[in-house]
Amino acid sequence: MSPTAHAPVGEHGLQEPHARTGPTSHVPVGTAKVVRALVRKELLVELRTLESVPGMALFAVTTFVVFHFALNQNTVSGQEAAGILWVTLLFAAMLGVNRLFVADADQGGFDGFLLAPVDRTALLFAKALALLCYLLVLELVAVPAFGLLLLGPPLGQALPGLLAPLALGDLGVAAIGTLVAALAVRTRARDLLGPLLALPLLVPIVIGCARASAPLLASAHPGGPALRWIATLALYDLVFGLIAYAVFDFLLED
Amino acid sequence: MADLEVHAEAPTGVAVESGPAVELDALRRNYGERAALAGVSLTLAGGRTLVVFGPNGAGKTTLLRVLATLLRPHAGRVRVLGEELPRDAWRTRGRIALLGHEPLLYRELSARENLRYHAQLHGVTPERVEERLRAVAMIERADEPVRTLSRGMVQRVAVARATLHDPELLLLDEPYANLDPAAIELVEPLIGVDSGRTRVLTSHDPLRGLAEADVVLGLRGGRVALLGGADSIDPDDVAGLYR
Repeated sequence: MSPTAHAPVGEHGLQEPHARTGPTSHVPVGTAKVVRALVRKELLVELRTLESVPGMALFAVTTFVVFHFALNQNTVSGQEAAGILWVTLLFAAMLGVNRLFVADADQGGFDGFLLAPVDRTALLFAKALALLCYLLVLELVAVPAFGLLLLGPPLGQALPGLLAPLALGDLGVAAIGTLVAALAVRTRARDLLGPLLALPLLVPIVIGCARASAPLLASAHPGGPALRWIATLALYDLVFGLIAYAVFDFLLED
Repeated sequence: MADLEVHAEAPTGVAVESGPAVELDALRRNYGERAALAGVSLTLAGGRTLVVFGPNGAGKTTLLRVLATLLRPHAGRVRVLGEELPRDAWRTRGRIALLGHEPLLYRELSARENLRYHAQLHGVTPERVEERLRAVAMIERADEPVRTLSRGMVQRVAVARATLHDPELLLLDEPYANLDPAAIELVEPLIGVDSGRTRVLTSHDPLRGLAEADVVLGLRGGRVALLGGADSIDPDDVAGLYR
């Protein structure tokens, strides 16, 4: 295939990169395969370094312990409980967000990816998926710890209803966190800029998740999740997911 | 310091059916207010070697990164492998390779894991990974984390990474740094003159650089201070760039 031949149009309307013949002949790499390779690499690096998840989990548990003693009350419930849970999860998540692109920035991972003939939004999907995995592990530790250390009503009855705000909250944090982390990592003040940019965008998620969860965590007459807030969270996630998808390519350009 | 005559003749080269591999016309790239590259123009035929000399900060690495599509030109015209940059940059990715100061390897992953990762990005088979590891004599240390390898070994793995996808154009930033003579002999067939690929490499060694070059570019302050066929350039002209 000559270098100037027109390439076929692939998914996302992008023309497929140049395909060559010979020992390394290959078809253009699909986005799903690239995302899988990137996620696998992310999780492998995290498993080897343990730079994000243990810190996030430890922060969350420590915060609950501090609240347990600082509030000077045996248990919390309702809106108070929801607020404590979600603020703690937010700040724990920020630890993961701050570290999301550091290995790539420090070890040339960005360049290695940018040199490849792949759809660049694959990096957005992969990083968001990796961050979702970290948040899942965080919540597997933090939510039971919350139930044990602070929550008055039994966690078991609230847990099924909590899944929706947890899932939507995680999606929002993953989308916004990945976007902000990519923006901040190439600056000198990345440790400061990341939280400065992310927190205002994540506050609505915390509010939505807390309001949606509060009825579930009430001690008297606990109810289902507030559907209005669930719908608001879903819409917020969708909007910022689309924004992240639209601008991510430009963040990688230099 | 003696003024260096700017050699403005078009370099000679083998006529390649698909056109020049690299064409620059008044390329400019800034970092803030400072021009890292200004007014750089040259043509490099396919299969030829361009060696870039210049003191630190002259713009050599910037030039490589522009050709690698990692930096956008701010003015002028850049064509790589027949494709206009940055508009058609996506067409060149997968056909070029950059071997820079950073090996682009994750320190906590092994050589094999790093190469398999890059192979997946480039759609290259796992068998090719093993072949490259054998070519750079790193099969026996392939499963150890990169952070445990010596700098020379890391550079060998980086060469394997850069040539994994059989690129048409090699962009090499002091490629033989950190390599002992035996290692240089190992990687020569992959990135040297005998690889048959079009090459743009930077060098601080006038004699070695001139021996490899078909075309010589000397940069100073981001501007062309020397340009011509290697036959017409004297080592003293190159040394003069550094005074």
